[in-house]
Amino acid sequence: MSANLYPYQFESRKVRAEFFRLLPISLFVVAFGTAFGLAASQEGLSPFQSILMSAAMFAGASQFAAVDMWGAEVSLLPLMAVVFAINSRHLLMGASLYPMLRDVSPGRRYALLLLLTDANWAVSAQEYQSGRRNLEVIIGGGLVLWMAWILGTSVGVFFGGLLQNPKAFGLDMVLGCFLLSMALGGNKSPRVLVAWLVAGAGSLAAWKWLPPNSHVVVGALAGGVVGLFWADRSDK
Amino acid sequence: MTIETTSAGVLALIAIMALVTLVTRFGGVFVMSFVRINPRVESFINTMASSVLIAIIVPMAVAGDLGALAALAATGMTMLVLKKPLPAIAMGLVAAALVRYVI
Repeated sequence: MSANLYPYQFESRKVRAEFFRLLPISLFVVAFGTAFGLAASQEGLSPFQSILMSAAMFAGASQFAAVDMWGAEVSLLPLMAVVFAINSRHLLMGASLYPMLRDVSPGRRYALLLLLTDANWAVSAQEYQSGRRNLEVIIGGGLVLWMAWILGTSVGVFFGGLLQNPKAFGLDMVLGCFLLSMALGGNKSPRVLVAWLVAGAGSLAAWKWLPPNSHVVVGALAGGVVGLFWADRSDK
Repeated sequence: MTIETTSAGVLALIAIMALVTLVTRFGGVFVMSFVRINPRVESFINTMASSVLIAIIVPMAVAGDLGALAALAATGMTMLVLKKPLPAIAMGLVAAALVRYVI
C-alpha cells in the first residue's frame, strides 16, 4: 500500500494556516521584489522578462547577481556558475528535509521542492529540530512567498521609482534578520552552539579565501561535521 | 560562450538559470535518497541545517555596513527578550534605517 510506504499526511487546513502565517514576512518580500524589478528594468529587461525570471527562478539573491552581469551579451558559463553557487544552499536545505520528505511520494516530494526557499525552509527546519514535522509550511508558506516575489517584481518594473533606495529603509536586511530570528528561536544545546562557532568561522574563512559565494555551503558543512562526531542522544 | 540579450536570447537565459536553480532545489534530496539514514547521518544533517543560518548571517554582518550590524544586533536582542520573530525583524529594519539616516 502506498499509504504505508509514504505515511506523511498533508493537512490542507495546515497548508492554509501556514500561508497566512508567512503573509507578514511576505510583505517585506514584496518590497525586496520591488527592488529587484527596478534593478532588472534598469539593466534593460522588459517587464515581461523580469516577471518571468522571478516566477521561474524564485531565488532573489541569485537574480540580483544575474542582472548585475547583464549587458548586450551575457557570458553563459560565468552566469551559470554564479547562479549555481548562490543557490547551492538549496542542496543542503533540501537534504536537511529528507527525513521528512522520504515519507512523501516522489511526485509530491519534488513538486513541493519547487517552492523551497530560505524563509519557509527555516521555519520547517526549526520546527523539525523541536520534534514537529511541518512540510505544510513549505507549500503554503512557499506559495505566499512566491506570489509576493512576483507581485513585488511587477511593482518594481512598473513603479520602481517609488522605491529608489530600498537600503534606506533597511529592506536589504529582511532576510538576514528573519534567518537570525529563526536561528535564535531554535534549540541551543552546547552541541548546536559549538556547531555555530565552527560554521561561523568556516563561512568567514571561505568568504575571505575561497571563491565568491562558496561561504554558505562551506560554513554549513563545517558545522555539520560537529554533528557527525558529536551525536546528541537527548535530541528528540 | 555568450548569448545575445535579444528577446529570444533573454528567454533562453531565463530558462537556463531556472534550470540551474531547479537542480539546486532537487539535487540535495535526490542524493539523499541514496543515503541510508542512521543516527549519525541524521545528527549531521540536523547540525548542518542550523549551521546554514549562521553561515549566511556571519559574513553578512562582517561585510555589511553599520546599518546591517545594527539590524542584526537589534533583531538578536529583541528575539532573545520577546522570542517573537516579527517584532524582532521589525526592530532590525528600524535600526538599519535609523543608523543609515543618521550616518
